[in-house]
Amino acid sequence: MEKMIVGEGLVFEYHQHNDAGEVEHIHRAIDGLDLEVRKGQFIAILGHNGSGKSTLAKHINALLVPTEGWMRVKGMDTREEGNVWKIRQHAGMVFQNPDNQIIATIVEEDVAFGPENLGVEPEEIRRRVDQSLDAVEMGEYATHSPNKLSGGQKQRVAIAGVLAMRPSCIIFDEPTAMLDPSGRKEVLDTALQLNRNEGITVILITHYMDEAIHADRVIVMDQGKIAFQGTPKEVFSRTEEMKAIGLDVPQVTEIAGRLKREGYDFPVDLLTIEEMVGAICRLK
Amino acid sequence: MSIEIRNLHFTYGEGTPFRKEALRNVNLEIRTGEFIGLMGHTGSGKSTLIQQVNGLLKPTAGEIRIHGKDIHSKGASLKDIRQEVGLVFQYPEHQLFEMSVYKDVAFGPTNMGLSKDEIHSRVVDALDRVGLGEDMQEASPFELSGGQKRRVAIAGVLAMRPKILILDEPTAGLDPKGRDEILGEIGRIHGKGDMTVILVSHSMEDIANHVERIIVMDKGEVRMDGPPKQVFQEVEHLEAMGLGVPQVTYLAKALEAKGCGLEGTVTTVEEAMAAIRSLLGPPGPAKGGGIHD
Repeated sequence: MEKMIVGEGLVFEYHQHNDAGEVEHIHRAIDGLDLEVRKGQFIAILGHNGSGKSTLAKHINALLVPTEGWMRVKGMDTREEGNVWKIRQHAGMVFQNPDNQIIATIVEEDVAFGPENLGVEPEEIRRRVDQSLDAVEMGEYATHSPNKLSGGQKQRVAIAGVLAMRPSCIIFDEPTAMLDPSGRKEVLDTALQLNRNEGITVILITHYMDEAIHADRVIVMDQGKIAFQGTPKEVFSRTEEMKAIGLDVPQVTEIAGRLKREGYDFPVDLLTIEEMVGAICRLK
Repeated sequence: MSIEIRNLHFTYGEGTPFRKEALRNVNLEIRTGEFIGLMGHTGSGKSTLIQQVNGLLKPTAGEIRIHGKDIHSKGASLKDIRQEVGLVFQYPEHQLFEMSVYKDVAFGPTNMGLSKDEIHSRVVDALDRVGLGEDMQEASPFELSGGQKRRVAIAGVLAMRPKILILDEPTAGLDPKGRDEILGEIGRIHGKGDMTVILVSHSMEDIANHVERIIVMDKGEVRMDGPPKQVFQEVEHLEAMGLGVPQVTYLAKALEAKGCGLEGTVTTVEEAMAAIRSLLGPPGPAKGGGIHD
């Protein structure tokens, strides 16, 4: 399968300057990391606050370039300035706060902003805006004002704005942190649907463990490095290690692990309510 | 300190084309020392309600009594009310502005005109309550991690010694460890005295693990009010309002549908563990011979 994102030996340092402009402190946010994401994958990145997740995400669309090592998106090196706009068109980002990402006063104008800046023909823009809004199920709100929408709806408009650029990859940086449960579900379902139906590569950064169970691969970050990675089942069955680095596992996974240690015959890698129901009914 | 809310109505932009009714006939009685979870989807009126309680917004109709006194009556001082009702906004770390953690936490008590000694003892005590040691006092608030910044902001409110503490989504955007730490600290702060605590949260698990009573708002009205076990039984009702129940409660419902229901209502991991143990009996050799681990 085609390689979408490849990074090797990535290091990123934030430099803190004192009043005299001298470097006072160097913080290594990313500390020697290799990354490979193939086309069409759904990757979840977990890590505690300050583990380097968001810094890594910003490398994927060239908002940051590595201090050491290199990152390529669709074969394009992010360090080359000539690639930057193409990379950002291919790798769109959706951020945490919906209110910071919407700039127009009408939903469809907001979605059109990206392709307009790319110099796309007006008829093509119209087509892309309609398709993008339909893809996130916001078509009926095309002529509404964004400020009357719920948080989940605003995030879906932000996603449509990215889709209108025809990206091959979308990076979601904690897109549900500010949403209520129904908003969270809307955004997560949208991300899954874009991945499964449109073949868009998805990178989801989240603090919600139950959102990561849908991923093809979960990457767990700690101190600027990849602590471990694998399928959701492989990663979440390492409950103790997850907790030790400030993370968590889904409630049912925790229960299964603890009951297993008490001597009950539970699989330790179950992730969903359905799997838990199956395990309990079998033991009863 | 108690809160009584009677026939409270509030409309934003009354008399303009943007008129929006945010609260409709809200009646609530909150007793001294209660730990309340306030839930509702975005736009349900939660934030409007908590801003009413410390007098940031004035009711269109109805009244709010704090400790028996109508906060908008003649002779009531909103300044006093705001000292007694501490409000921690969403993302409170955005409001940090001082050069040091100490100064930031001291800002409220300093404005209250307290003596230097009193301010000092309150700052040290407030930082201690949120789990920040003396070594943090001189740090710049901007050098801290997200969870630490948030604790400094909460300490700033605690230093005013409020009798009612309202927190609007104090764990949004925090990692699981930061979330558990902050909620643990809030629980300890509540457990120590007779402070009334209102926790606004979108996390059903957090609510289930910590509060004694849940108030659910929808479309500006109070729709449900009761202990977690009672409120979380109404799965369909909560989902229709854009909310949910903790994962273990969904598990219990799914088991019930399969005919192996758990005893009692389950809202926390500990309760689920106990109920599953009692359903399965003591652990024994594997039945069925399934292939796993």
